[in-house]
Amino acid sequence: MRSLFVSIVVSAFLVGCGSTVPLNDVPVSDATAKVVSGADGENGASGVKGGGVAPVDLGQNDLQQGLPSAKRIVYFDFDSFVIRPEFQASIAENAKVILSRPNRKVAVEGHTDETGGREYNLALGQKRAEAVVSALTVLGVPSSQLEAVSFGKEKPAVLGSDEAANSKNRRAEIRYQ
Amino acid sequence: MIRLLLNHFRLGSLAFWALFFSLTASAQFRVEVSGVGLTQVPISVAPFKGQTASTPKISEIVQADLERSGQFRAVAATHGVLDEVSLPDLSVFRRAGSDALVSGSVSTLADGRIDVRFRLWDVVKGQDLGGQSFAVTATDARLAAHRVADYVYEKLTGDRGAFSTRIAYVTKSGPRYQLWVADSDGENAQSALASPEPIISPAWSPDGNQLAYVSFESRKPVIYVHNVSTGKRRLIANFKGSNSAPAWSPDGKTLAVTLSRDGGSQLFLLSAAGGEPRRLIQSSNIDTEPVFSPDGRNIYFVSDRGGAPQIYKVGVTGQGVERVTFTGTYNISPSISQDGRWMAYISRIGGAFKLHLMDIAGGNVRVLSDTVADESPSFAPNSKLVVYATQVQGHEALMTTTLDGKVKARLTGQNGDIREPNWGPFLN
Repeated sequence: MRSLFVSIVVSAFLVGCGSTVPLNDVPVSDATAKVVSGADGENGASGVKGGGVAPVDLGQNDLQQGLPSAKRIVYFDFDSFVIRPEFQASIAENAKVILSRPNRKVAVEGHTDETGGREYNLALGQKRAEAVVSALTVLGVPSSQLEAVSFGKEKPAVLGSDEAANSKNRRAEIRYQ
Repeated sequence: MIRLLLNHFRLGSLAFWALFFSLTASAQFRVEVSGVGLTQVPISVAPFKGQTASTPKISEIVQADLERSGQFRAVAATHGVLDEVSLPDLSVFRRAGSDALVSGSVSTLADGRIDVRFRLWDVVKGQDLGGQSFAVTATDARLAAHRVADYVYEKLTGDRGAFSTRIAYVTKSGPRYQLWVADSDGENAQSALASPEPIISPAWSPDGNQLAYVSFESRKPVIYVHNVSTGKRRLIANFKGSNSAPAWSPDGKTLAVTLSRDGGSQLFLLSAAGGEPRRLIQSSNIDTEPVFSPDGRNIYFVSDRGGAPQIYKVGVTGQGVERVTFTGTYNISPSISQDGRWMAYISRIGGAFKLHLMDIAGGNVRVLSDTVADESPSFAPNSKLVVYATQVQGHEALMTTTLDGKVKARLTGQNGDIREPNWGPFLN
């Protein structure tokens, strides 16, 4: 009963504050998770399932990271490096934060899904990271503050081979250093 | 005297037959033979006299090596104890269908070293094909067994054996990544590096002393060169952006690498001593996975300049880019055999990633595997086998295959996920 109560509270929280859920901490076993488009409000859908408790790590959202993790992750379509329009707003927010902290370095880390070779995926992830870096540069962020790096398929956010997992792994993460 | 000895040994033959049977059974579990029309030398490897639980089973290692090569078929036969000085009753092996026999002994010397001796017989002609002895430290006993296999392989096929070589690979176990150096059969693995972050793309230096690899330990891909025997590491490429895909020139003086320091994944040449990289080619596309041709004149690489990843080659001067693969829309990870005849690579067919082999002169291609997630092929230094990573029963595993794809073996040296194999050079 108590755990059910906790679940309800947590899920209510998730629905209410969808954009603050760190997607990379969503449990792997969440088979019914929707494909995350990144649009605010949809993210909460990957919260609590079947009586389990979804761990929410608020420690990730501290101000040291500039912005909550949901606003620091850009998702990409299959085999694509094009930033989808729905991510422009969060990229603009990041640009603002970075510009307000001229001494702060920021890494943009590109990632791919698990299909294909490690080195080629490293190059694909690099393209995604560079796409985000160039979007930030267009908004006036000095390139000296930015570094695009790639993890290829080495650091999936979500384990699994289905499209639900793959779509969460094709991403670039903005990390404040 | 000889007859007396043989009579004496025959009494124990039943026990030896049982031993032979179990050895053959365990070896067959590891080696998968498919297809017909194989020409294999039938060979018997007798249990080495004196091999006990305290020493590696030399005959078992020799037999597994020979079977994995695809050139040999193990034949069990009933004979008494044999060593390198005994005169075997070759008719026993002839009747069993063997063309060759290896016999030998293992003993421990006064200084603690292991003495491995053997003799090879041509069973059909009744000829002694010679033998050797190796006195090695206990840790090198398996190496001695691989040397025996090398001798047998060369005597009977005419090609140099590559069993006494080393393979580097990476394991992932939970959050822990480890780079290993193992015997060519995957056994006897020794950890060269452990890290909480990924390690990929190990590449042996041509002298077999160093490994170049990509480590993510500083939260980005950087290239290290690592002296295997001392453990000393040098950070060789840590430029802005990603640093990856190291490949050695045949003279060991230069590394080809992929750097994104000027934007995009681009090919550079770098002195193995470090220093300022020199751009090999410039493109607005992905160029990566460089490998030198054995003559050092060309570099094969992967590029998406045609819209999808294909394998190309370019002169080391950066002149004369030529496309090499023309079938399929995803061709990556080239490995060139030392004899310059073959290119192994991974091609995607209908969503499956499969090991392919191209005859470089003719351009003919064949599929070597029936698995669906193959990666990272690497040739044995004698150009006769390829090691590659794949998925077997949900785990990442390493396999070797012959160039006709008919004989495959899973390397069983480690549990869990094994990946990123790179086959080292001949060791002198």
